[in-house]
Amino acid sequence: MAEKIDHGRRRLLTAATVGTGAIGVVFAAVPFLASWSPSARARALGAPVELDASKLEPGQMVVVAWRGQPIYVVRRTKDVIAHLGDHNELLADPNSDNSVQPDYIKATGAARARNPEYWVGLGVCTHLGCAPTSAPVRRGEFQVAGVDLGKDWPGGFYCACHGSKYDASGRVFKNVPAPKNLTIPPYALGKDLRIVVGVDDASQNA
Amino acid sequence: MFKRLWLIAAILLPFGAAVAQEVPLQHVHTNINDVQSLQRGARDFMNYCSGCHSLRYLRYERMGKDLQIPLPLLKKNLMLTSKKPLDHILSAMPEADGVKWFGVAPPDLTLMSRYMGNDYIYSFLKGFYADKTRLWGVNNLYKPNVAMPFVLATLQGVQKPVYKSVTDPSGHTRMELVGVTPGTGGSMTPAQYDEFVTDITNFLNYTAEPIKAERRSLGVYVMLFLALFFVLTYLLKKEYWKDVH
Amino acid sequence: MSASSDSAGAGNSRGLIAWIDARFPMTKLWKEQVAEYYAPKNFNFWYFFGSLAMLVLVNQIITGIFLTMDYKPNAAEAFGSVQYIMNDVEWGWLIRYMHTTGASAFFIVVYLHMFRGLMYGSARKPRELIWIFGCLIFVLLMAEAFMGYVLPWGNMSFWGAQVITSLFGSLPVIGGSLLEWIRGDYVIADATLNRFFALHVAALPLALIFLVIAHLMALHEVGSNNPDGIEIKKLKGPDGHPLDGIPFHPYYTVKDMVGVAGFLLIFCAVIFFAPTLGGFFLERANFTPANPLLTPPDITPVWYFTPFYAMLRAVPSFAGTQVWGVLVMGSAIVVLFFVPWLDRSPVKSIRYKGPIYKIMLTLFVLSFITLGDVGMHPPAGIYPLLARIGTAVYFAFFLLMPWYTKIDRVKPVPERVTGHV
Repeated sequence: MAEKIDHGRRRLLTAATVGTGAIGVVFAAVPFLASWSPSARARALGAPVELDASKLEPGQMVVVAWRGQPIYVVRRTKDVIAHLGDHNELLADPNSDNSVQPDYIKATGAARARNPEYWVGLGVCTHLGCAPTSAPVRRGEFQVAGVDLGKDWPGGFYCACHGSKYDASGRVFKNVPAPKNLTIPPYALGKDLRIVVGVDDASQNA
Repeated sequence: MFKRLWLIAAILLPFGAAVAQEVPLQHVHTNINDVQSLQRGARDFMNYCSGCHSLRYLRYERMGKDLQIPLPLLKKNLMLTSKKPLDHILSAMPEADGVKWFGVAPPDLTLMSRYMGNDYIYSFLKGFYADKTRLWGVNNLYKPNVAMPFVLATLQGVQKPVYKSVTDPSGHTRMELVGVTPGTGGSMTPAQYDEFVTDITNFLNYTAEPIKAERRSLGVYVMLFLALFFVLTYLLKKEYWKDVH
Repeated sequence: MSASSDSAGAGNSRGLIAWIDARFPMTKLWKEQVAEYYAPKNFNFWYFFGSLAMLVLVNQIITGIFLTMDYKPNAAEAFGSVQYIMNDVEWGWLIRYMHTTGASAFFIVVYLHMFRGLMYGSARKPRELIWIFGCLIFVLLMAEAFMGYVLPWGNMSFWGAQVITSLFGSLPVIGGSLLEWIRGDYVIADATLNRFFALHVAALPLALIFLVIAHLMALHEVGSNNPDGIEIKKLKGPDGHPLDGIPFHPYYTVKDMVGVAGFLLIFCAVIFFAPTLGGFFLERANFTPANPLLTPPDITPVWYFTPFYAMLRAVPSFAGTQVWGVLVMGSAIVVLFFVPWLDRSPVKSIRYKGPIYKIMLTLFVLSFITLGDVGMHPPAGIYPLLARIGTAVYFAFFLLMPWYTKIDRVKPVPERVTGHV
C-alpha cells in the first residue's frame, strides 16, 4: 500500500464521479417534484368557464365558480358607472397599482372592466378570503349585514367578516382591513355578452 | 382427471383448448414516430369508430399536442363528442344502448393495443367475413361470433370465408375456417385498406401509451448519461483498488 | 481558497461533528459499519446484489410513496387512477414504470443474492441468522409483491388475487371461513383491495425495513463470508484488522458504485425501452379493468412467482382435498430456512466442494428455471410432467443435501483468500 498513490488523479476522479452522480440525483428528483404540479385533470377542472350575461338586470349579480373560487359578475347601474371616478380620494389604491388584474383591465382605470356595464371580479376579500356581499346601489337606503353603509355609499361590495369596503369596481376603501382591490381574473367578453373567465381572448376557448 | 383434481387447471384447461383452434394473427408494422400516420389514424378513428367506442383515458388536448394537430383543427374535425379540449374522448353512444343494440357494450379502446396487441387489432379489422347466420350478417376470423357490425364494409367490401376440409385422427371430416377471400365491392383497394387499418392500429398503439415516443427519445439521453457515470465509477474503482494486493 | 479559511471551515465542521457525537453515535456508527468495517478483499461479481437489493428497496419506497399520492384504493376508481397516473400526472408514467420495473428487479437481485449464498455457503455457521432474516425478507417480499400486483385492479390483478387467496380456502376445516376473512367479502372485492393497499404501503414495508436492518446488523456482527468461504477474522495483522480484509469504505463503496451504474443501465433500458418486457413485467391481461365475469384466457402470475406456482399445480389432489399442492408450495419456501443445517460439508464454498454439490446446484438452478417456465404455461401437454420433475429436483437438492454433502469429495481450503477482481 506504500506505493505511489496518485492523489491528484484520485481527487479528480472522485470529484467527477460525485459531481456526475449529483447531477443524476438532481435530474432524477425533477420528475418527483414535477409530479406535484396540477395534473391534466386539475387543469381540466380549472378550465375556463363561460356565462351568458345578457339576462342580467341592472344591479344584479351572478356568481360562477372558476378554479374553485367565486367569480362575481355584476351589471352596474348607469348611476354607479357615471360616478365611478368621483371618490378616488377615499380609496387606498384608486389606480390599482398594488392590486392584481390583467393589464388590459388596469388600463381601463376606474371602470376596471372590459365593458363598464359588466364588472367581473374574484369574490374573495383581499383581507382574509371571505366572500364580500354585493351592495350595488348608490346612496342606498339599505343595510348590509346590519351595517348602514351611509348616504355617501357609491355602490360596491361590503365584506361582513371584518368590515372591508370596496367600490363597484372592487377598489378598496382607506381605513379598512383589506389591503388591496379585489382581484380580477383574465376574462374575455364577446359582443353577445358571453363572458369566458380564465382566458384573455375568447378565441382561445371557442 | 386433471380437470377435476387441479385447483388451477380447472380454470385454465378449457381456455387452453379454445386457444389452440385460432387462426394465426396477421403481423402489422406500426411506427409510433410517424405523426402523419397517427393523424390519419386519429381522423379515421373519430369518423368510423368513435360513434360507439370511447378512448376514456385520453384527453383531446393531449392527443392534439402529441399528434401536432392545431387546436382549431382539432375542434373542427376531431372533437365530435365534446367542446372542451381537456375532456376525455368519450363515445357518442350511452353504454346502456350498446348493451341493448349489440348485447354487449362496445369496449373502450384506449388500452386495447396493450391488452390484445397491435397484431390483433390489425387482424380483427381485416377479419370480417359474410355470415348470414349472424345478426349483422358478418362474423370475424379472429373473434368468432363477434357482436360488432362491420362498419368498414363500404371501404373494404365484402370478404367471403374460405373453408378447408380436415380429417381428424378419429376419421371424421369437417370443414374448418382457414381464411377469407379479398374484399369485393368496397371503395378501397386491398392495399389502401391495409394502410387505412395500419393507421388506425398505429393510432390505438399511441392511445394505449401516449408517452411512448417521448419515453424512447428521453431514454437515449438517460442511457448516455449512465454510460458516462459507469465509465467514471469504473475508473474510480480501478484507481482505489490499486491499493489492494 | 486560502489556507486559513480552509482550516477555519474544517474546524467548524469538526466542532459540529463533535457536538453531534457527544449526543448521537454518528462517527462511531460510520466507522464501525462502513469506514472500519473490514470486508474480505476477494468479493466477486456475485457480491453486488446485496447492495443492489438495498438500492431497489429505496427505489420502491420512494416511487411507492409518490404513487400513493395519486392512486385511489377502491374498486371503482383504482384502474382509472392508474391510467390517470400514466397520462395526466406529470411524469407519473416514469414513477410508475420505476415501481413496476423495480418490483421485478427486486426479485432478480434477490434470487441472484440467494444463489450466491448457496454457492459460497453464506448460510453456514456463524451466519445462520443472517440467512434466516434473509429468508423472512424473501417471504415478506413475496407478500408485498402479490398485494402490490392487486392494486392496479386490472383483470389479472383480480383473478390472480382470486386464485392465490383460494389457496387458503383449500385448508381443511377452517379454509372456507378463513377465505372470507381474508377477502372481507365473498369474492375479491373493494374490501380486499383496501386492506391489501394498507398492507402493501404501510405494514409490510415497515416489517421489511426492520428485517433488512436485522439482516445487516447480523452481517456486521459476524462479518461477511467470501467466495472462498474462509473466515478472514482468524488471521489478523498487527493492527488488529483481518489480513485479508479491506475497509468497506472506500474500497467497496467505489466498487458497489460500479455495480449500481451497471444495474441502472439495465434498469433504465427496461423502463425507457421495454417497460412491459414483452409481458413479463407487466402482463397483457392487466391492461383491462378487473372483470369478475371474465377470466383471462391464461392466468399466470408474474414471472417471479411462476416457479412456486408450477409446484402448486404439480401435485394432484387426493383424499378429497387439494391442500397438498399448497403444502408442497409452502414447503418449497420453508425448506430454505433450514439450509444452514442441511449442508453438512466440511467446506463452505463451492470452490472447494466436490462434483456432487456442483451437479446438484446446477440441477437445482435448471429445475428452478424450468419450473418458472412451466408456471407460465397452461398445464397441458408436456408441462405437468416437467412440473413434477422440476418439483422433485427442487426438493431433492435440499432434502438430500445432508447426505450428498457428507459423501462428496472436497478440496483443501487455503489459509488465505485467493485473488480478487
